[in-house]
Amino acid sequence: MKKIISCTINGVKQELYLDTRKTLLKMLREDLELMGVHLGCGGGDCGACTVLLNGEPVTSCLVLAADCEGSEITTVEGVQQDDKLHPLQQSMVEKGGIQCGFCTPGMVMNSLALLRENPQPTESEVRHALSGNLCRCTGYAKIVEAVMDVKNLDRITG
Amino acid sequence: MKPFEHFAPDSVGEVLDLLQSIPKAKLIAGGTDLLLQMKQGSAQPDTVISLKNVEELRGFATRKARFRLGAGMTLRGITRSPELKKHFPGLVYAASVVASEQIRSLATVGGNICNASPSADLIPPLLALDAVAHIVSRDGQRDIPLADFFKGPGKTILKSGEILLSLFLPQPSGNMFYSKHAPRQFMDLAVVGVAVRLQKNQGMVREARVALGAVGPTPLRAKKTEALLTGKTLTPKLMLEAGEMAADECSPIDDIRGSAWYRKRMIKIHVRRNLEALL
Repeated sequence: MKKIISCTINGVKQELYLDTRKTLLKMLREDLELMGVHLGCGGGDCGACTVLLNGEPVTSCLVLAADCEGSEITTVEGVQQDDKLHPLQQSMVEKGGIQCGFCTPGMVMNSLALLRENPQPTESEVRHALSGNLCRCTGYAKIVEAVMDVKNLDRITG
Repeated sequence: MKPFEHFAPDSVGEVLDLLQSIPKAKLIAGGTDLLLQMKQGSAQPDTVISLKNVEELRGFATRKARFRLGAGMTLRGITRSPELKKHFPGLVYAASVVASEQIRSLATVGGNICNASPSADLIPPLLALDAVAHIVSRDGQRDIPLADFFKGPGKTILKSGEILLSLFLPQPSGNMFYSKHAPRQFMDLAVVGVAVRLQKNQGMVREARVALGAVGPTPLRAKKTEALLTGKTLTPKLMLEAGEMAADECSPIDDIRGSAWYRKRMIKIHVRRNLEALL
């Protein structure tokens, strides 16, 4: 069974005709080719598919696309500003918070939600916030460091 | 996943009409449990009714001498509510230790209750706060103490055509403390969960609530332990006895997360520690 879904993705209005079984994750990857949304466990445990849904971080594998009618969605593709990396992305690069890169989009999206609420988080606040994002390279120390060390915090508002 | 029809009504009235015409429809709020079950095939609904647009399920408000907590409030919403932080810090803490930030953005208090998992983190604190479930259907409405809401793992007293609309919480008397025991600090289910609320007058316990999670087919009130504490002054000996009595009152099972013996031990320790925290 199919349904028409209208939502705003990375600032662009979209109207899609989708199978009701489709998850937000699959809609973003298959219908909009936003491949930064990664499928890891498919059960809400690993956080690789994290996107912002109306500003809140969610595991997009556990959201029905049909439930996103009228929503605003931001993926990692919508984070960079004027073709330049977002300060958080820049910090991940500089601090070595990226190894294989599989968990990185999810880490970035969840950290972005944290920094918007709390621009100068403590280490334990970062670790608490990122507890739903697994890094199989186990590069947590550098990821936490990168989130705590974002420069130009005033640019995080975007 | 089996194909299904998806409805997204805007009001409780429409939800109840749909439930009346399609009694086997599944309600979806956060979806963090149902969607998993559908992916695994243990739930195969033909119809899904989304509760996301239902205004009446939202929000937290004061009504006369009590508080109304909408069943559709997300756990993240609970952890961000200044009013809930002020009046029910123990409940806010319980919401903050469920799963992850991403899951808390989706999962709702009503979902946590209606899934009726014995280990649900929000249920012991709500039992300790004397929460009342406000249930509506096309035939009317009824208010049931949350303590009488659960029938077994995954089973509640909700009848076909009924939905949990909100919870009523009386003005809290005394302080409530929740503690969760799990091997991992985050992203884990409770091996035991313990909520204790005490109202004291000049050091004497006037009212006690002890609610236990993950140690029986449903979350439960340890009523003998509550009676033991009432009318007494907390001493190290009494707190120890209360822990032992609570361990006697519960009936845990052996499973992958812990043995029955271990769970009873942890109940004893957490009840005592929570009492110490409320000294």
